[in-house]
Amino acid sequence: MSADRGVGEISLRRGRWNAAEIAFWLIAVASIFVFTGRYLILTEMAWLGLFALSLDLILGYAGIVSLGHAAFFGVGAYAAGLLAVHGLIKEPVLALVVAGCAAMVLGFATSFLVIRGSELSQLMVTLGIALLLRELANKFSDITGGFDGLQGIVIEPILGLFAFDLFGKVGFIYCLVVLFVLFLLARLIVNSPFGLSLRAIRNNPLRAAAIGIPVNRRLVAIYTLSAFYAGVAGALFTQTTALASLDVFSFERSADLLLVVVIGGAGYLYGGLIGAVVFRILQDVFSSWTPQFWQFWIGLVLVLIVLIGRDRVYRGVLWLPRLLLRRLAAMRGGRAAATDRSAS
Amino acid sequence: MTFALETIGLDKQFGGLHVTRDLSLKIAAGARHALIGPNGAGKTTVINLLTGVIRPNGGRLVLEGTDITGLSVRARVLRGLSRTFQINQLYADLTPIETIGLAVSERLGHGGDWWRRLGSRAEVNAEIADVLTRFHLLDVMNEPTATLPYGKQRLLEIALAIATRPRVLLLDEPAAGVPQSERQDILAAVAALPREVTVLLIEHDMDLVFSFADRISVMVNGAMLVEGPPDEVARDPRVKAVYLGEGADA
Repeated sequence: MSADRGVGEISLRRGRWNAAEIAFWLIAVASIFVFTGRYLILTEMAWLGLFALSLDLILGYAGIVSLGHAAFFGVGAYAAGLLAVHGLIKEPVLALVVAGCAAMVLGFATSFLVIRGSELSQLMVTLGIALLLRELANKFSDITGGFDGLQGIVIEPILGLFAFDLFGKVGFIYCLVVLFVLFLLARLIVNSPFGLSLRAIRNNPLRAAAIGIPVNRRLVAIYTLSAFYAGVAGALFTQTTALASLDVFSFERSADLLLVVVIGGAGYLYGGLIGAVVFRILQDVFSSWTPQFWQFWIGLVLVLIVLIGRDRVYRGVLWLPRLLLRRLAAMRGGRAAATDRSAS
Repeated sequence: MTFALETIGLDKQFGGLHVTRDLSLKIAAGARHALIGPNGAGKTTVINLLTGVIRPNGGRLVLEGTDITGLSVRARVLRGLSRTFQINQLYADLTPIETIGLAVSERLGHGGDWWRRLGSRAEVNAEIADVLTRFHLLDVMNEPTATLPYGKQRLLEIALAIATRPRVLLLDEPAAGVPQSERQDILAAVAALPREVTVLLIEHDMDLVFSFADRISVMVNGAMLVEGPPDEVARDPRVKAVYLGEGADA
């Protein structure tokens, strides 16, 4: 039947790679060779992007809000730090996975508290859990190093082959590869029936239950996965900076993360990544401009984005590049038409 | 005899408000049963009790011979009890393909698949196409639901309930709010529901009730007033009094 094929065809189209996506990742790879002096900020963008992707999975797809996502970031960061300090797992990739799993366990355990209740109670519960963890890390300073942070983190070469270098090139490539792999997984998931059911739950939880979707089970699953992503982001932070201190749990980290996702837009996976790039650039520009007042400008950008609407801001920013692209396409089209004419 | 759906002495109170009183309703398999009553009679509460959104203070619910009083909304759907909503409850961002695809995937046990895309299972595609065809939604199947004309959204509302393959379907005012020009499509869709599906229609619109139902129950103040075939109910003086009385009060 042709209607079947049509349905299948259209459904599958959703998961297909488009030119903009391919361009995005090509640019990411190109940045390794282009911005050779900027590996530190690029690395930050990569792990912040992964962290934002983690929040986007619950916020943009399942509609769960969080003001305490740093809890998972922090657990991942300390787990990676402790594994390295005590030499439990020396190989970074394996340590990364274990750190992510530690955050995942916490995510699963707390998911039951978070998924029930309104957005306000979600905000409060997530915020509370992050505060609790920060105080625990402070209290058990013999394990965590307290305010001074973990001392003596040394990260061994990745897979025993690639040592972290002083310029941060290896670290950036490492973060980028991890980001890409986890992005592929997220992309697979959001385009699956499972991912679709999350969007249905965000749209209308009442009707989701009324067509047989196990709402709570799905929310627990995505929250747990999101915690894993955040834990991996935290572990990447520790592995590339050799730092793990109390501020990995800080409220500012969770709040900035929300900002990143708002800047980039939720619910299409690239929002977190684009938001991370834009946020770090803005932070860099504003702080070199006015070291004391950069947060003022970040705040202003946030207010403008929310008031004017992200689409309109981006339409303004993208006006020139789009115009150039159109001109280019028209020129090429004209030339193609001309060769067609001369051929006939 | 086993009924498709049966309530036995159903009772519900919200604080001091007694909204359902000792309600016993028997719906035969394959019936086209209508539940009517003036505003505030407690029809919506009955639907919420039947589907499991709220729990009764007393009484039992039996679906095809099995007690479902303690089951969750989802468990009832899986057992073949599905509903439509008086006010559309759809997924604004999702297209009709995705909307129906969800219900079909869930019913066939593929709803938790995270490693493959919707559209990669032939049996799911076939069922989506079948439902969309029956409800005349093929032409808009790839548009976000929020952008569809109201009549199409209303059709999708019913199609979504049917996609769960119910054996008992609760239709809550299917034609509510539909403009006159699109009304015929909705009525046709309701009339074309498969015969093997038992339908309980909750409705205000008397034309629809009398053209559709083979049995009618009239509720007043949370209790059953009259039950019988349409011609009997239409002649019943108590029913006339209720509807005329309501008019006189207003």
